Amino acid sequence: MIDAFLEATIRWSTPFALAALGECVSERAGVINIGLEGSIIAGALGATVGAGVFGPTFGFVAGALSGLVIAAFFGVFAVALRSDQIITGTAITMFSLGLTGTLYRLIYGASGVSLSTPTTGVLPLPVLSAIPVIGPALFIQPPITYALYVAIACVAWWMARTQSGLALRAVGERPDAATAAGINVRRVQFGAVLFAGAMAGLAGATLVLAQAGTFVENMSAGRGFIAIAIVVLGRWRPLGVAAASLLFGAAYTLQNLFQSLGLSNVPYNLFLAVPYVLTLIVLALFRSGTSSPAALGQREIVSR
Amino acid sequence: MSRTPPVDDVIVNVDHNRGSRRQSRAWLGGLFRAVALAAVAVVLLVVLLTVTGQRTGEALIALVTGAAGTWYAITSATLVRAIPLALAGLAVSLAFRAGILNIGAEGQLLAGAAAATFATLAAPQLGVATIPLLLAAGCVAGAAWAGIAAFLRQKLGVLEVISTIMLNYVALHTVGYLVRGPLQESTHVFPQSFNIDRIAQLPIIIPRTRLHLGFVFAVVIGVALWWWLKDRAGGFRLRAVGANAHAAESAGRINVARTTTIAFLASGAIAGLAGATQLSGVTYSLYETISPGYGYTAIAVALLARLNPLGVLVAAVLFGALEAGANAMQRDAGVPEVLVSVVEALLILLVLAADRWRTRQVRMTEASI
Repeated sequence: MIDAFLEATIRWSTPFALAALGECVSERAGVINIGLEGSIIAGALGATVGAGVFGPTFGFVAGALSGLVIAAFFGVFAVALRSDQIITGTAITMFSLGLTGTLYRLIYGASGVSLSTPTTGVLPLPVLSAIPVIGPALFIQPPITYALYVAIACVAWWMARTQSGLALRAVGERPDAATAAGINVRRVQFGAVLFAGAMAGLAGATLVLAQAGTFVENMSAGRGFIAIAIVVLGRWRPLGVAAASLLFGAAYTLQNLFQSLGLSNVPYNLFLAVPYVLTLIVLALFRSGTSSPAALGQREIVSR
Repeated sequence: MSRTPPVDDVIVNVDHNRGSRRQSRAWLGGLFRAVALAAVAVVLLVVLLTVTGQRTGEALIALVTGAAGTWYAITSATLVRAIPLALAGLAVSLAFRAGILNIGAEGQLLAGAAAATFATLAAPQLGVATIPLLLAAGCVAGAAWAGIAAFLRQKLGVLEVISTIMLNYVALHTVGYLVRGPLQESTHVFPQSFNIDRIAQLPIIIPRTRLHLGFVFAVVIGVALWWWLKDRAGGFRLRAVGANAHAAESAGRINVARTTTIAFLASGAIAGLAGATQLSGVTYSLYETISPGYGYTAIAVALLARLNPLGVLVAAVLFGALEAGANAMQRDAGVPEVLVSVVEALLILLVLAADRWRTRQVRMTEASI
């Protein structure tokens, strides 16, 4: 029972952690990307199309690329033209939800019934999966989850220990000082935004290729916005973000558990609201305080 | 180097002290803007239709006839859709003017519609007082729903963008629960509420059309809001807070917390009214899809109107036509209706880019002096 719960928690956490890890990098560079939701849904559709043509592995590549393209679009307005990040992000999400809905209906027909894509099964890791309790939960997962573990470790190390990681953080704290130190602020921010888009695209691909096995319009269901809350909860640190994702994975697991218990007198719609209420509670309890990047959302590179 | 206000130019660079002498020119500019936006929308649509391989001609004919082909199409398709867009657009523009990024008009609208449905239960006892009661219930529920986000913002520093979006989902699932539970129709088959009593239905203002009294509400609130923002001290305080909250607090001795909270609640109340009028004027029953994203489209409406309440009314008609036309396009030419939200999003981005371009030009001129 506890094994199954932990396993499902990790499984449901994976897309959140992927998207939130990307957003974490983007926000440390001072860019809040509300268009993350748009990258996730684009990644989901891209993965569906890609996997349908060349199989699941290519599906993940196509998903990441789709998310990246949407993020590039965001970057042109928010980073290059320096439009308001939040309004741009909202528009980008609208754009992507509309575009994916349109393309989906054009490619798969108006109803899109019984569209199913090949999915990646679980890949038990030898030795590691034999560890009691946490072994099966952590190491009998689809390959994308293992890729996530590696990505978390790499990003954490890169951000804390490398010259370019320091440059990224400098841009997010004091873009004017970073400029004076010879860092190209726009280039760093654009790179961070593209990374976030690709990660969100992978998150969308995960929804399709490792979970649902199909594409549904609006299937991202606010996960991009929840990922932004996860970054706040994770205190803008990669490891913190990974831990915070688990909370939301657990919430989804419980929601599914309650639904599958088939309590017909308990309305399932109220369970569906749980992750969103949880997000509100988390945001209310964990104030952003001083740990948020100082120049987050700031439009002008030269501060006042 | 000029000081940069914390919020977007779209929010700031709006009709600074337009004198009455310049009023007519401003009107002309606004009219030009509306026509230009409509033209751009059509061009974008043609490009998207062509790129996605649709029968463009057939689709455009469906779009135009569906939106403005007949008197019935104008009043009952375009203007009926313009009502919730105008009210929600006014809600969004009021909040944005005060520097509050209320993305939650959708949830506030749903809260208003749900509360109004509850209010109609009292119809047999209340008689003609039912309509005022359900409208008031809608306003209060919308304000309360926005109030959650306002409280979180004011007391706990929660970014209202995220909290309002989350509240949209909570509202959607709550309505989903209500129409399968306490408010479900009597056969308990369909996920929708009972039909509201005839006495709870808003009167039709033009015979043989579906145009209801909500149209008058939208126009009256739009004009009132425009006048209040332009001519009243409260309106000035709100604009000052939106332009630069810090300056308003320190130099203008304006109570920023109070001003933003009131603006947030008022914004929610107007969005809630949009939900109540939609229920009482159009659908006559509550269900989850009572708003096909009006609260989100309202953001485009407000931004394209440069947050000017009168502009919102015009933009709402434009978007009402676009949505009515898109509906006909899907029906008659098989073009997915969601294509319209792509056009709407692109319009927002174009306006943002154009505003940035203009600001940059101004800066360059300043620098050269």
